[in-house]
Amino acid sequence: MTMQNVGRPTRPEGSTETAGFQSLTGGRGLLQDEPLIFELDGWTKTGVDLPEPEADASDLAGLTRAGLELPGLSEPETMRHYVRLSQKNHAIDLALYPLGSCTMKHNPRLNEKAARMAGFADLHPLAPVGATQGALELMDRLSHWLKTLTGMPAVALSPKAGAHGELCGLLCIKAAHEAAGQGHRRTVLVPTSAHGTNPATAAFVGYNVTEIAQTPDGRVDLADLEAKLGDHVAAIMVTNPNTCGLFERDILDISRLTHAAGAYFYCDGANFNAIVGRVRPGDLGVDAMHINLHKTFSTPHGGGGPGAGPVVLSQALAAFAPAPWVVSGPDGLHLVEEAVDEAASAFGRMSAFHGQMGMFVRAYAYMRSHGADGLRQVAEDAVLNANYIKASLSDVMTPAFPDGPCMHEALFDDSWLDGTGVTTLDFAKAMIDEGFHPMTMYFPLVVHGAMLIEPTETESKRELDRFCHALRSLAATAKLGDVERFKNAPHLAPLRRLDETLAARKPKLTWRPEFPANQ
Amino acid sequence: MRYLPLTPSDRAEMLAVIGAPDIDGLFVDVPQAARLAGPVDLQPHAGELEVERELAALAAMNRPAGAGPFFCGAGAYKHHVPATVDHIIQRSEFLTSYTPYQPEIAQGTLQVLFEFQTQVAALTGMDVANASMYDGSTACSEAVLMAKRVNRRGKAVLSGGLHPHYAATTQTIAHAEGMEIVRLPAAIDAEAAVIDAIDDQTACVVVQTPNIFGVVTDVSKIAEAAHAKGALLIVVTTEAVSFGLLRSPGEMGADIAVAEGQSIGNALNYGGPYVGLFACKEKLVRQMPGRLCGETVDADGRRGYVLTLSTREQHIRREKATSNICTNSGLCALAFTIHMTLMGGVGLQQLARINHAKARELKAAVEGAGIEVLTPRFFNEIAVRVKGSAARLVDDLLGQGIVAGVPYSRLDPHAGLDDVLLLAATETTTSEDIAALAAALKAA
Repeated sequence: MTMQNVGRPTRPEGSTETAGFQSLTGGRGLLQDEPLIFELDGWTKTGVDLPEPEADASDLAGLTRAGLELPGLSEPETMRHYVRLSQKNHAIDLALYPLGSCTMKHNPRLNEKAARMAGFADLHPLAPVGATQGALELMDRLSHWLKTLTGMPAVALSPKAGAHGELCGLLCIKAAHEAAGQGHRRTVLVPTSAHGTNPATAAFVGYNVTEIAQTPDGRVDLADLEAKLGDHVAAIMVTNPNTCGLFERDILDISRLTHAAGAYFYCDGANFNAIVGRVRPGDLGVDAMHINLHKTFSTPHGGGGPGAGPVVLSQALAAFAPAPWVVSGPDGLHLVEEAVDEAASAFGRMSAFHGQMGMFVRAYAYMRSHGADGLRQVAEDAVLNANYIKASLSDVMTPAFPDGPCMHEALFDDSWLDGTGVTTLDFAKAMIDEGFHPMTMYFPLVVHGAMLIEPTETESKRELDRFCHALRSLAATAKLGDVERFKNAPHLAPLRRLDETLAARKPKLTWRPEFPANQ
Repeated sequence: MRYLPLTPSDRAEMLAVIGAPDIDGLFVDVPQAARLAGPVDLQPHAGELEVERELAALAAMNRPAGAGPFFCGAGAYKHHVPATVDHIIQRSEFLTSYTPYQPEIAQGTLQVLFEFQTQVAALTGMDVANASMYDGSTACSEAVLMAKRVNRRGKAVLSGGLHPHYAATTQTIAHAEGMEIVRLPAAIDAEAAVIDAIDDQTACVVVQTPNIFGVVTDVSKIAEAAHAKGALLIVVTTEAVSFGLLRSPGEMGADIAVAEGQSIGNALNYGGPYVGLFACKEKLVRQMPGRLCGETVDADGRRGYVLTLSTREQHIRREKATSNICTNSGLCALAFTIHMTLMGGVGLQQLARINHAKARELKAAVEGAGIEVLTPRFFNEIAVRVKGSAARLVDDLLGQGIVAGVPYSRLDPHAGLDDVLLLAATETTTSEDIAALAAALKAA
């Protein structure tokens, strides 16, 4: 999930007073003030010991570069530099990380160990298939698990992230329509609460985007959907559970109406973690759905990727899946790598090789660890934790949809902050001072000042109670009028609020010797 | 279950707070017909030892690059990565953090991205670079779409030396955007052939150096020809170590430089995750796809970094975004940055010279075995012509414990180049490996 800037200030406001004590040299106790590598005098150094090669490059006369101005640091300097930087990051291993729609759950270290086994990590994507049977077998097993969990007959593994998976799914849909002489269908229907990637992806493949209204209880407006469906519609893109953290009660009607109109049902699977093992999207009439392995199946987010976004497909779309895929033959497993012959209806290729193999290993290790029973428990505990937070905070904050249970995330609006002078952004920044990462803010767009909290199933009751205690304390303080605490938050983070307007007005995207630091 | 902290009594207590009778009470919105009564038909949970054994058994069915003589390249390269790199990227604060949308508590990731962007700009000789793309092939396709946004033209010309999978990826994406793609026939040493295909509808030409056959090309003349007709030059590089020896795309007039960054800091991983490098001229920055990190100050005037120019991105612009991409390859970019920091310009240049020396040794050895080398100017990769099918030869030599490179036909089956074999050598290739290959080729 991504952050919304709509309606929130992008530069610090008001007083810039800092709390009290300052060190003499810029450090903050264990938190070191760390310069850029370009400021550490490494211009003539290197931290690797390499032999001096015998041959020269005289055969490349006129093709070689004169020099390469980049600093190098010795191993201890490098280690220190990056360890110091690491200490300026929040992480799921430190505390609950309640980013709604992002699913920040524990990343098991067995997965890391397995992905680093030489048979996987040191395997070349174009090594002869006879040298990669274990990798193909793993992809085959992963596919079997994904297909069984979703109740779908086919899966394309190669998309490299969720949005890449959306692209893959829509390209399958486009290819299927064109093959059926339905290429005139150029519109994709997207609910107002959708992730920004949905309309972006639809536009990317040349479709027009039409929004579907939402009902007061946070679901797709069936009447509006029915009115907007027609011979011009290629697909609908619906997230389920949706971005309000709610299950689409009318999902079977949504798919029935969509199919009756000749359109396909793309499901954004970002929230599959809420229903894995309890509901199969195939039983809901879904035609294509990407699965964020870094959400539901615990591969690490890594500070912004790499992700992985396999797409499960219905029978109607399976033939259009992109190359490559694994097939079984009499002499072992093979890869179909070209969209020709029996694969001629494949729409093309998503990337150079076979997808995010390192993530496949991690996701498969996670699935095998949990098993069919454990994965069902994952969904149940994720939903239980979210409802517990909703119940524990409902008397001090205002749930956007108070009636009935939520799924894996609890959504609040900002009406409870009315009159306090504190905004959603201020409140979220104050959470940092209490040791928690802010929740997803101002998303979904359909809820005013939205605060979307997703605890995930890997939080203990103790950590949930600690989190709720922090939010209740902050809420009480806001209502008592201690506005300064919020307006100037965070006070205790490595940095205070940053000036995003300045960054965008005069973009400074690389270090250059002639540029002094911003003042 | 070791990843789930809640106990049965926790669950009961929490349900009581919520006011739900049981867990099913929280799933009431799911239509009755779609509720699964019990677990799906898959294996039950397993302990860490059991899972590790299963995965180790699968891993053992593969033949890793380091297990013996190995010569595959063609877009992914076996290099030595210092142990420091993998240690640092497994620190919790890097491994288990999210995209740095809350800059006050993500300065570690953000400063790394700023360093990464600066390193990539210097390596490619460009003004600015983004915070990374999925991989080199998707970076290539995004560059073509960016060219269309810049000059509003609808055609792209791809050289016959462009990695066929990059070409296929770009064709797939660009067709979806309604662009016309002209892909020139496979040609070993003819990057400049794109010049003849440029017309006033050409948004960009895409060339690769070193190209898929290993050929190094001075693309300056292509840049001049493209610019004379208002088209952009996109230069693709799949072997990032070559930046340590060869003239950079920027020096030769590229408008956009894209590359696969896997060679620096990242393992082979059977094709992913990798890290796409994307750099361009400063005047084009607002049409760039992907995340960008920029310098700014905090409320106390202290230097800091934020994600910036996000008004190009999908989460703000929705259907008007420059791209639908909403992720980079953060941890792979971190690995790249750390490895690059260890090497510095001094170390990378030395590493590049070693790679080139190994390839010269390889070339001499295969020529000594009576094999024709097709690549006139190379960095660490050469194309050779073998007797008969290169694919069959590779399968045969695997039986002798040698991974003898990539048959070109695997990437491009209909080019009529079934006897062309692509061979790469890096600092990890030993003289014994080369001798073993040469002997096997001679005997084949």
